[in-house]
Amino acid sequence: MKSIAKLFTLNRHLTERIGFTAITLMAMVTVLPIVGTVIYILIQGAPAISLEFITGFPRDGMREGGILPAIIGTLYLALGTAIFSVPLGIAAAIYLSEYASDTPLTRTIRIAIINLAGIPSVVYGLFGLGLFVLFLNFGTSILAASLTLSIMTLPVIISTAEEALRAVPQSFRTVSISLGATRWQTIRRIVLKEALPGILTGVILGLNRAVGETAPILFTGAAFFLPRLPGSPFDATMALPYHLFVISTQVPEMPIKIQYGTALVLLAFVLTMNLIATVIRSRARARRQW
Amino acid sequence: MNKILIESLSLQYSDGTESLRDVSLNIRQNAVTVLFGPAGGGKSTLLRCMNRLNDLAEVKASSGRILIDGENILDPKLDVIALRRKVGMVFARPVPLPMSIRDNVIYALELAGEKRRVKLDEAVERSLKLAAIWDEVKDRLDAPAIALSGGQQQRVCLARVLALQPEIILLDEPTSGLDPISTGKVEAALQELKKDYTIILVPHSVQQAGRTADYAAFFLQGELIEYGEGKSLFTAPKQKKTEDYVTGRFG
Repeated sequence: MKSIAKLFTLNRHLTERIGFTAITLMAMVTVLPIVGTVIYILIQGAPAISLEFITGFPRDGMREGGILPAIIGTLYLALGTAIFSVPLGIAAAIYLSEYASDTPLTRTIRIAIINLAGIPSVVYGLFGLGLFVLFLNFGTSILAASLTLSIMTLPVIISTAEEALRAVPQSFRTVSISLGATRWQTIRRIVLKEALPGILTGVILGLNRAVGETAPILFTGAAFFLPRLPGSPFDATMALPYHLFVISTQVPEMPIKIQYGTALVLLAFVLTMNLIATVIRSRARARRQW
Repeated sequence: MNKILIESLSLQYSDGTESLRDVSLNIRQNAVTVLFGPAGGGKSTLLRCMNRLNDLAEVKASSGRILIDGENILDPKLDVIALRRKVGMVFARPVPLPMSIRDNVIYALELAGEKRRVKLDEAVERSLKLAAIWDEVKDRLDAPAIALSGGQQQRVCLARVLALQPEIILLDEPTSGLDPISTGKVEAALQELKKDYTIILVPHSVQQAGRTADYAAFFLQGELIEYGEGKSLFTAPKQKKTEDYVTGRFG
């Protein structure tokens, strides 16, 4: 009897060991795709990187030269998207977290935001074409593309900002109000200040997604090739993800290192933004007083 | 002299929890009035009515009046900001705002529009001294208030209220999380403060009620059972329920 019991305990330990090992291995497997992608693109793309590649215009049907217009275009689009989506997103988050009570209206807003996040990006592109390019007559332009990307980015910004605002302890608000502060003073001086790192993280992650997307700008603002930089918000622009799509599928005899060089620049762009978001978050967490 | 007149105050929360039933009470100026009784008796609700902090809660129905210096502060048209500057509140758990000790103390003053550095510095020293915490923090006013011990934090919170030079101070179990030494310091500060302020305290124990009360009001399930001078109420209660509670037969 005793030996059987012993066997069972042994078995339990063994099962646990095997289980843990399996889980650990699976967790490690999830790291592989990202590491693999980065290394592969680094190896393939690094030879293309040069000062000319970063600061020059495409030449010879984009098979030579640099990708400056695409880099600048992506920066413009990120900036344009930020201008529209950040104030609107933060305002919406403040409303939802600080002012709105649980009514059919606010429930509708919340459901709308959740669903907005689930819409495929190409549908945003088509919507942007219909509303901004054609109906509002902005044309294929940075403005139309930025507005389209803003709509796509809004749910990310709103939900992360709302979460950051809600994380600020309720007791701060009560104390502030009890000291004769108005609601708005409380939000401005305590709540927003404390939620800012969280909000900023959401903003960067939202913009990050916008920067990497092709479909929403495909019909609304992206240009196949431009010999010069865009001069106004009503000009079309080249952009990194769309440029990558173009040189990978639309141009015959494209040198592979130009393709991967472009991918590398886009990846660097996105990963840098992620890194900034992570640094902001961890620094804020270390400094947080609650 | 009476500072606050509470006239037939009744209140019911939307979720039907704690409520007040027809409470009438006159609160004296320059004295410590203690509101005590078992949990759920309506003490905190009554406190939160006096600075209209209850506006933040979901209240189903309320009636009656609270007159402070003859003015009904439950009037919907009342300037609640001005009221809250006149009626300060210290909470059960110390809640230092996420800023330095100094900024905590001057927070409300700055909101009230005081910008003069001299005035603000004066207020910091005066109120921290009144709250019996000045000597412990005077060398590190720019340190985060959260870095202080719980007892120190609570006295900074008291100083933060005093900075506004209110007329009435409400304290809702201010020493419930403090050690006996810190509790003693807060209680001693209150005895000093009552010379200039009207103090209403919800104590965290009957013993504290007995130690601090000039006047005491015993609440049970939303009703005011007995009200009188502290000395007589604790030594010779008139109501059976009060006696049972004070002597520890229930609670």
